[in-house]
Amino acid sequence: MNALSLHNLVKTYKNGTQALKGIDFEVQEGEFSALLGPNGAGKTTAIGIITSLVNKTSGTVKVFDYDIDTEIERAKSCIGLVPQEINFNQFEKISDIVINQAGFYGIPRRLAKQRTEKYLKQLSLWDKRDDISRTLSGGMKRRLMIARALVHEPKLLILDEPTAGVDIEVRRSMWAFLKKINKEGITIILTTHYLEEAEDLCRRVAIIDKGRIIEQGRTRDLLAKLHTETFVLNLREPLQQVPPLDGYAVTQVDDTTLEVAVNKSQDVNMLFGLLSQQHIQVTSMRNKVNRLEELFVRLVEGKG
Amino acid sequence: MRVSRFRENYIGFQTIVMRELVRVLRIWIQTLVPPAISMTLYFIIFGGLIGSRVGQMGGYSYMAFLAPGLIMMAVINNSYANVVSSFFGAKFGRHVEELLVSPLPNAYIVLGYVAGGVVRGLLVGIIVTIISLFFTHLHVVHPLITVSVVILAAVVFSLGGFINAVFAKKFDDVTIIPTFILTPLTYLGGVFYSIHLLPEVWQHISRANPILYMVNAFRYGILGVSDISIGSAYAIILLFILGLFSFSLLLLNKGVGLRT
Repeated sequence: MNALSLHNLVKTYKNGTQALKGIDFEVQEGEFSALLGPNGAGKTTAIGIITSLVNKTSGTVKVFDYDIDTEIERAKSCIGLVPQEINFNQFEKISDIVINQAGFYGIPRRLAKQRTEKYLKQLSLWDKRDDISRTLSGGMKRRLMIARALVHEPKLLILDEPTAGVDIEVRRSMWAFLKKINKEGITIILTTHYLEEAEDLCRRVAIIDKGRIIEQGRTRDLLAKLHTETFVLNLREPLQQVPPLDGYAVTQVDDTTLEVAVNKSQDVNMLFGLLSQQHIQVTSMRNKVNRLEELFVRLVEGKG
Repeated sequence: MRVSRFRENYIGFQTIVMRELVRVLRIWIQTLVPPAISMTLYFIIFGGLIGSRVGQMGGYSYMAFLAPGLIMMAVINNSYANVVSSFFGAKFGRHVEELLVSPLPNAYIVLGYVAGGVVRGLLVGIIVTIISLFFTHLHVVHPLITVSVVILAAVVFSLGGFINAVFAKKFDDVTIIPTFILTPLTYLGGVFYSIHLLPEVWQHISRANPILYMVNAFRYGILGVSDISIGSAYAIILLFILGLFSFSLLLLNKGVGLRT
């Protein structure tokens, strides 16, 4: 079953801006998917329509087969939303925010309290439960919004830039948590600017630009379309000039750093063979940019 | 544990009301104390100092005549203020989205905020009633009418506050209606005088003021005297409730001021 299906979804704002120009997007139940795109591409508009925060102009949206035009309440019951901006009452207690959200979903108070304890503990916020929410750090506020989104135990969790502005440690703990709940059966869709995040977490990716989906599919298949990868090589000894590496595009960044572009028809073993022949020792190697980022930039810039 | 759809919606409604009640009690210095102080001053200045020279009105001492009007004025102002500030605050802070993404039907959202406004209106009404007992003796002639009118009036103005909040785009918009419409209508709505004191033409004009019906119906409940018929008062109040509730629901369904 599809957890989400968007068909020919169009959104034109009153000022004439066409944020979505007829997008089609499907997410299977249990998947971990990403919606990627530059600022203003239409990601947040799409999420707003799915969660009833934005009125669509035309098209259909189904959440677990519930059409938002005819069965909006059932569709909403299936969704948990973690928005991009902080949107809880900054003067309320942390536990109250989560318990009240459960109440809005019709969950009896006793059960709401049990679940609040469960999710605040899982997200390391239980010790803060009696604090006023505005006193939390940025990372804690994000985690609070995740706890709030999960309290009614949705089948589909949508996260709009969930790790924006949080430090790497918090980001990695969030990734681990999201992987865990996805394994437990929750379908997850996220938008992110951290393409490393999408490559690490998501089995499927859709790239949206200027209101259109320009590419979508399994992350692995999309990455296979990448023709060239650029590697950064750190060298043991400084080089005086760029070494001749036949067939490879080489750039010298500094004395001990080279950038080498390797295309699909070449391989890294051959590159290392050439380097060895010239007595150049490599101490470490990494991708210049995340592979998905490379693909993303090529697609968005129209380089194919 | 599976609960019925109605029960789920009722829990949602109850959650909004409890959240409103907690808010009113948490900021009691802003919500409960100011009306107590201003109404005490009204009783001292208008009821005591000036009222003693006015003599009788409607067959009662001016203080006794004034008390129901002041109680109703406090209820009206506070039920309106509660919903307009709370719902606009939720819009401004974006936590209204907590409700908009939930499956709680819009009718329950309106009812929840309205009930919150009624709760604050009644709390303030009780406080002002207790204060009034220091100044005059209140013998409630028609308890059922008294209670029903005060609740219905609080509903009307809670709905008014809700609509104001839906349209408000900035904090200034929250004060425009109370300052330029609500206060004049309340002062001209028979709180301080019987409309029989007015020239005939102004008596007719006064009848276009819905607050006149609420104040007089409430005064009838307490003192047994009214400038207007109690039946028409109920009809007008119920008509307003129906109209304002339908309009509130329409605004929420369309997402006016809430959804782009």
